[in-house]
Amino acid sequence: MGRYVARRLLQMIPVFIGTTLLIFLMVHVLPGDPIKALWGDKAADPAQVAVLRHKFGLDLPLWQQYTNYMADLFQGKFGETFGGRQVSDLMAESFPVTIRLALVAFVIEVVLGITLGVFAGLKAGKAVDTAVLIFTLLVISVPVFVLGYIFQTVFATELGWVTPSVQDSEDFTQLILPGAVLGSLSLAYVARLTRTTISENVRSDYMRTALAKGLPRRRIVGVHLLRNSLIPVVTFLGTDIGALMGGAIVTEGIFNVQGIGQQLYRAVSQGEGTTTVGIVTVLVIVFLFTSLIVDLLYAVLDPRIRYA
Amino acid sequence: MPDVTKTPAASDTVLTSDETVAANVPAVPATGKPRSLWSDAWQQLRRNPLFVISALLIVLLLVMAIVPTLFTSVDPRSGDLTNHFMSKPEWGHVFSPEWFGYDKQGRSIYARVIYGARASISVGVLVTLAVTILGGLIGMLAGYYGGWIDSVLSRFTDIFFGIPFFLGAMVILTSFTDRELWVVAGSMAFLGWTQIARVMRGSVITTKQSDYVTAARALGAGTGRILFRHILPNAIAPVIVVATIALGGYIAAEATLSYLGLGLADPTISWGIDISDAKDALRDAPHVMFFPAGMLCLTVLAFIMLGDAVRDALDPKLR
Repeated sequence: MGRYVARRLLQMIPVFIGTTLLIFLMVHVLPGDPIKALWGDKAADPAQVAVLRHKFGLDLPLWQQYTNYMADLFQGKFGETFGGRQVSDLMAESFPVTIRLALVAFVIEVVLGITLGVFAGLKAGKAVDTAVLIFTLLVISVPVFVLGYIFQTVFATELGWVTPSVQDSEDFTQLILPGAVLGSLSLAYVARLTRTTISENVRSDYMRTALAKGLPRRRIVGVHLLRNSLIPVVTFLGTDIGALMGGAIVTEGIFNVQGIGQQLYRAVSQGEGTTTVGIVTVLVIVFLFTSLIVDLLYAVLDPRIRYA
Repeated sequence: MPDVTKTPAASDTVLTSDETVAANVPAVPATGKPRSLWSDAWQQLRRNPLFVISALLIVLLLVMAIVPTLFTSVDPRSGDLTNHFMSKPEWGHVFSPEWFGYDKQGRSIYARVIYGARASISVGVLVTLAVTILGGLIGMLAGYYGGWIDSVLSRFTDIFFGIPFFLGAMVILTSFTDRELWVVAGSMAFLGWTQIARVMRGSVITTKQSDYVTAARALGAGTGRILFRHILPNAIAPVIVVATIALGGYIAAEATLSYLGLGLADPTISWGIDISDAKDALRDAPHVMFFPAGMLCLTVLAFIMLGDAVRDALDPKLR
């Protein structure tokens, strides 16, 4: 177990370096000059441009910029924006908001997705199954930004159940609507994945044995069937946590949630490279660790899997 | 000794039947002969209502994308401000251009919805093709060679997989001032190939252990021949499934990027741009958003349904 974790952690290093390098290159090599853009349409003063370039280290060769950035990063420094704000402050402000939103979305997707999937899988081929299939088909085919406007119009503007935009991100009731929109696509995938594995496992021998032993149905489905069927679902859910946080750009825009999605959108459109690279770095770390945790969870769900 | 002469003969028959599998991709139902996975899949597909509906829809959309003038003679770019936000949602006008109404600049929404099909479908098809070729090649090499080549290629895939899709696409696309169709498609393909690569790698690893691959190698077939004539036709089914479903996803992704103002730009007509333009007047003129959004959903739905049908046909386990 310990050796396995150590090996996985070692494997993460090249991926982490590669991903940050890739996003770093994408931000810095592609055309567009953020320093000159600070002047807007006016002609930039070359002397001031040179001073600012030097201040942010943009006059150094690219590899040196990258090594400097990584050296700072290992000391916990994320650099500062052109406006002089610490990127770490910016992230400390917006990450909790996005984490709360992603959490709401995650809970909705897990509870609803698995429930729908179990019902459909147990009644494969019946009306419930078809209804769930059509529901997931519809949810998958409505793009998130369209769904956002539909939900906003129906539940907030017309019915008035919730506020159309999020004023206070610590109020979880306000996050339910954007959370549902954010989690909708994954909800459909979770439901379909659960349905497939459940309908496969329902026919297995251990199910017949459990039934023959006279166990109560609740125990058969809840313990025997679910535990055996959850591995692919857990895999999906694990990679989805990072995706929910990184994919919140659209949802946060529609519902005016001041999370990292909004920060990123601003950073990218203003050429704030340091902020972009910083946020992506944190997202990559989240992604790498959730996939490690998922792999370790396999052993909990299926005792046959052991990590030497 | 008879054993030695027997083995190549046996593997030879395996080989020829294997080659007919490759040749018969759009297979005609063979009478009496054992049916291949592909002809079996085609038989299954033809009887699936999901496939028939989605195929008809897709054909209609393709015609719309290729010759939009068949459906409308109105110029989608010419606006008449006297028609500003006009719409006639009465039943007498159902499915007439008036029923669709006009947008903020008095342009015909019907014409714009028809012309918008081209951008969406071209991006979807281009990205899917690029992703399948790129991801397929990388996955195939990683799966076939294994060892350090696999390790390097897999880590390389992990690196690209770690970058959130929309985020990466935003970073790339902001640096282009005029974002033409191929720029949008290219940057989406640049970030999107990892899923296909992973599926292909897994599929090739299982396929390469088959007896007919060993037999082909024993007969002295070269790596290229083994890869493209023997492994590829037998390993590609899961890739086709993933690619078809992904096509719908890429159409939605293009619309999302255009909606964010980072995808296609104005002279190009795209449902995403129109939806984005409509959002400011959502309460006064909901019809401006309704029709492009509806068409977008319908298109994505058609491709997802096609993908579902193809998966059901190609994956006998699910039957």
